[in-house]
Amino acid sequence: MLTKRKSGQTNRTKLQGMMGAVASAHLDRRTFLRRSGLAAGGLAAFGSFQLGTIRKASAISHPEPGVPIELRKSVCTHCSVGCTVTAEVQNGVWTGQEPSWDSPFNRGSHCAKGASVRELVHSDRRLKYPMKLVGGQWERVSWEDAINGIGDKLMEIRQKSGPESVYWMGSAKFSNEGTYLFRKLAALWGTNNQDHQARICHSTTVAGVANTWGYGAMTNSFNDIRNAKTLIILGGNPAEAHPVAMQHLLEGKELNNSNFIVMDPRFTRTAAHATEFARIRSGTDIAIIWGLLWHIFENGWEDKEFIAQRVYGMDEIRKEVAKYPPDEVERISGVPGEQMKRIAQMFATQKPATIIWCMGQTHHTVGTANVRASCILCLATGNVGKPGTGANIFRGHDNVQGATDIGLDVVTLPFYYGLTEGAWKHWSRVWEIPYDDLLAQFDSKELMEAPGIPLTRWFDAVLLPKDDIAQRNSLRAMFVQGHASNSITRIPESVKGLAGLELLVVADPHPTTWASLAVKAGRKEDTYLLPVCTQFETSGSRVASNRALQWGEQIVKPSFEQKDDYQVLYLLSKKLGLADWMFKNIAVEGDRPVPEDVLREMNRGGWSTGYCGQSPERLKAHMRNQHKFDLVTLRAPKDDPEVGGDYYGLPWPCWGKPELRHPGTANLYSTGLHVMDGGSPFRARFGVERNGETLLAEGSYTVGSELTDGYPEFTMAVLKKLGWDKDLTAEELGIIQTIGNDMGSIDKVSWSTDLSGGVQRVALKHGCHPYGNGKARAVAWNLPDPVPVHREPIYTPRVDLVEKYPTYPDAKQFRLPNIGFTVQKAAVDKGIAKSFPLILTSGRLVEFEGGGEETRSNRWLAELQQDMFVEINPADASERGITDGAWVWVSGAENNSKARVKALVTERVGKGVAFMPFHFGGWLHGEDLRANYPKGADPYVLGESANSITTYGYDPVTGMQEPKVTLCQITA
Amino acid sequence: MARMKFLCDAERCIECNACVTACKNEHDVPWGINRRRVVTINDGKPGERSVSMACMHCTDAPCAAVCPVNCFFTTADGVVLHSKDLCIGCGYCFYACPFGAPQYPRTSNFGSRGKMDKCTFCAGGPEPDSSEAEYRKYGANRLAEGKLPLCAEMCSTKSLLAGDGEIIAEIYKERVTQRGYGSGAWGWQTAYREPVQV
Repeated sequence: MLTKRKSGQTNRTKLQGMMGAVASAHLDRRTFLRRSGLAAGGLAAFGSFQLGTIRKASAISHPEPGVPIELRKSVCTHCSVGCTVTAEVQNGVWTGQEPSWDSPFNRGSHCAKGASVRELVHSDRRLKYPMKLVGGQWERVSWEDAINGIGDKLMEIRQKSGPESVYWMGSAKFSNEGTYLFRKLAALWGTNNQDHQARICHSTTVAGVANTWGYGAMTNSFNDIRNAKTLIILGGNPAEAHPVAMQHLLEGKELNNSNFIVMDPRFTRTAAHATEFARIRSGTDIAIIWGLLWHIFENGWEDKEFIAQRVYGMDEIRKEVAKYPPDEVERISGVPGEQMKRIAQMFATQKPATIIWCMGQTHHTVGTANVRASCILCLATGNVGKPGTGANIFRGHDNVQGATDIGLDVVTLPFYYGLTEGAWKHWSRVWEIPYDDLLAQFDSKELMEAPGIPLTRWFDAVLLPKDDIAQRNSLRAMFVQGHASNSITRIPESVKGLAGLELLVVADPHPTTWASLAVKAGRKEDTYLLPVCTQFETSGSRVASNRALQWGEQIVKPSFEQKDDYQVLYLLSKKLGLADWMFKNIAVEGDRPVPEDVLREMNRGGWSTGYCGQSPERLKAHMRNQHKFDLVTLRAPKDDPEVGGDYYGLPWPCWGKPELRHPGTANLYSTGLHVMDGGSPFRARFGVERNGETLLAEGSYTVGSELTDGYPEFTMAVLKKLGWDKDLTAEELGIIQTIGNDMGSIDKVSWSTDLSGGVQRVALKHGCHPYGNGKARAVAWNLPDPVPVHREPIYTPRVDLVEKYPTYPDAKQFRLPNIGFTVQKAAVDKGIAKSFPLILTSGRLVEFEGGGEETRSNRWLAELQQDMFVEINPADASERGITDGAWVWVSGAENNSKARVKALVTERVGKGVAFMPFHFGGWLHGEDLRANYPKGADPYVLGESANSITTYGYDPVTGMQEPKVTLCQITA
Repeated sequence: MARMKFLCDAERCIECNACVTACKNEHDVPWGINRRRVVTINDGKPGERSVSMACMHCTDAPCAAVCPVNCFFTTADGVVLHSKDLCIGCGYCFYACPFGAPQYPRTSNFGSRGKMDKCTFCAGGPEPDSSEAEYRKYGANRLAEGKLPLCAEMCSTKSLLAGDGEIIAEIYKERVTQRGYGSGAWGWQTAYREPVQV
């Protein structure tokens, strides 16, 4: 980092030696593959890997003249932009990568990660065989032994402690089909203790945004931002986190001469391209947004017609906003009133305007309230439901949107049905498993319907006294498939948690920090590593941030004993005796469930979110016809025989059965379009009336709607009232009747529970939207703060503000106590801010992703970022005698935590602020844990994890952690 | 015949390093050798700008002027290539190059630095096009396949442009007309002895 950032030179000496030495002891697999012409595994000592010399002769996998080249398309696995990857394959070996010009998302482009994905597959540092700890040493085992050992132990724990004692941690790196199988397996096992990266990514977005207007996802798309005249990036750094999105942002900025506003604690690489930058204090987003709204209301810049027609409760917002005049906002956030007024005016009057965020808003104890405030800013100014507007929420992983939708989440079954009896009955009908059989798998009906434990707190669920955990027993086993451990806060405590587990299973392409920390924690047995394929070695669909589904095909077969997610879940469910249920309507070829069949089952149950129209056939047609979709609207010409009128990737909701050919929804809540052109109102999700005031839209409806006012969601009762039930076919009516019998009345069958698709079809036929036509909620009465208010972070340097703006009171949430208030009070009482005076915040680097093990195992990326570092302002550095590039200790406010990292002295961070990237791992408290990895599977680059310093703090709505604000001290 | 050039639009470059890893991927360039890299000025301060740099394939290339064994040659497309068979690793070209393009596999203070390596504009070397021998020494030859350098083709924001000098200058001029001049086409004057006429 240091040398590159300053002088453009990479550090050649340190790792060169290490790589040469380690690599030469191992097989150069690509040479083997090329020479043997096989993609199958096996070890042989072919040519060595002499780095630092011109060694192309020994290690090439370039296109060989005369050998036919096959082009295969998949999707990059590194962020949610959804860049198509075009691979050149010869004899089953991935020999080259070409730009994917046809994709409307990336038009040939990639970032450092996307341009090097081939190396992910070829990396010599992957797990090649199943491994287990025997006496504290990693030993190779067969798949059969591993699955048997894991299955037997799981059953033993189930017997002893119940199904809730096993935690199923899944992944945003799964395809939709992998996610669905994992989710279904957890349900059939009998627990809601199943979760994935969305918890620590955008769980607060999902909760906050869905509670505002229906669905918790990006409203528009990266491409649509080209239409914006003003954009505010509050809590995001797309130049590093979503680089290809910057293509659309920067081109839009140039073409529209748009206002490109960045508000951030750091002067990010994105800010370098902004027309306006405001430096805010971490954790003051609500004060910032209310500060903008103060100017908007004060000057009458709000969109009064939009508010009257489509928003509930804006008057209560006005009252709260009045408490945030310019001087108070400056006192809290540090941004002067003049600048706030300028930005407010641009956002409200130079339209269309959009607000963009990523984890800068979500990673807080007030994350849910933050994103609600952002939505309210859009609502107040009428900036939603049109091109160039909206809440453009940049998701993180390549399929975190899909995995969220499919309910790999402690609070819901697939597609946001929730955990109520009705939800379980819906899925029991889809799965064709009797409800009572599902119920019998759980400890109790109460636990079946109670949210599980968020993954942010898995170790608390191991370590806390049993009485503090609202389930039969504490956690005894972790089954982790595709999730880093170092992306979760409070690492010193998670190490204790690792020691306390009876069983740890990690299924991943890499050993991950679970492996190195498990050995550090003293684990000797009952710890397994299962080698899993990357998405390039399997097939399936994944969802980009803009809700578009893309089908990736298998590029190459795995080279060693890696199995794909489907195979792992098949083998495990077979061992656990759940395979007959799991695959009742899904074909299995050998040990591999067919992903197309999995998607078809999702289509049959995914009515609530419009995952019903995206059949595998349609998705594959989209990948074949990428070049036909417009760059800005993402729509194909209506006369095209295969994809005519569709939006690229059929962004959900895509209503009805695939045959209905709904085009998908490019921009949510666009009343300016017919429902069959992707138009939609706000979702009538929260009832029809509250305190005598209507919750349905007034005088606003989608183009061509036969109902010209607000209307509730469609049920059979509504259809009957309108006389539209006559439009149902006999077949549809038959299915509806059967479900009605199950529910007690046919009238209760709705657009989301009707498995025939008839209710949706008929509503659409009349130009109406299946989910109704409601108002967005400025006031969400079911949340802890119905109207968002500023609350100081748990560990804040501004103790003077804690009394006026305290954090949430202690409460029991998600089966565990959340004692944030007590922790905040103790921190203030003990004067923590005096001994730890610097704000510590965290974020991303362009070269790495997530916990970073896979990208740090990619030699082309590892070379670019070789050292973990902390950014520190020159003034803070000189006070401490710290020079640029020097080793320093960063110490944290809890657990006597400390981290040995290099100092990057820069004005990028303001005085009093330190920044650490969150991708590093493999060191703890200054100790290098390289020896704890299975031999040859250690990443090239290791370093201290930012999360070894981060501290307590959980959003009450979702259990989101708080890695964006804590306190630290830095010493030379 | 087209005159091939590079142009990095610093208003667009976000230092994502796609050009760097695309190059590594295409040519299997070893650790420690950077045919292309991204340099950032005013890092972390207002006015921060990044530029992707590699051999610019100069007009009257200074490297060729100082080479004691005359290993450089310019192709009909204006691409500056060299022969690793002739190169003696003396390092003169490194000092002559205004862009820091020449790279050497060895770092010892004494003796040869090894054969010089640099960006080939994805055009290989003196060996027959797309031959095994050419790939071993210089990497892929995309130009021979009718393709342009992969670094530019994969650039995340279409900042790095490569191709016929007149066409990429035209693209750049269009952008400047729309948005204003900004930071300029960095290095163009030095490499090609002419500004981009706007």
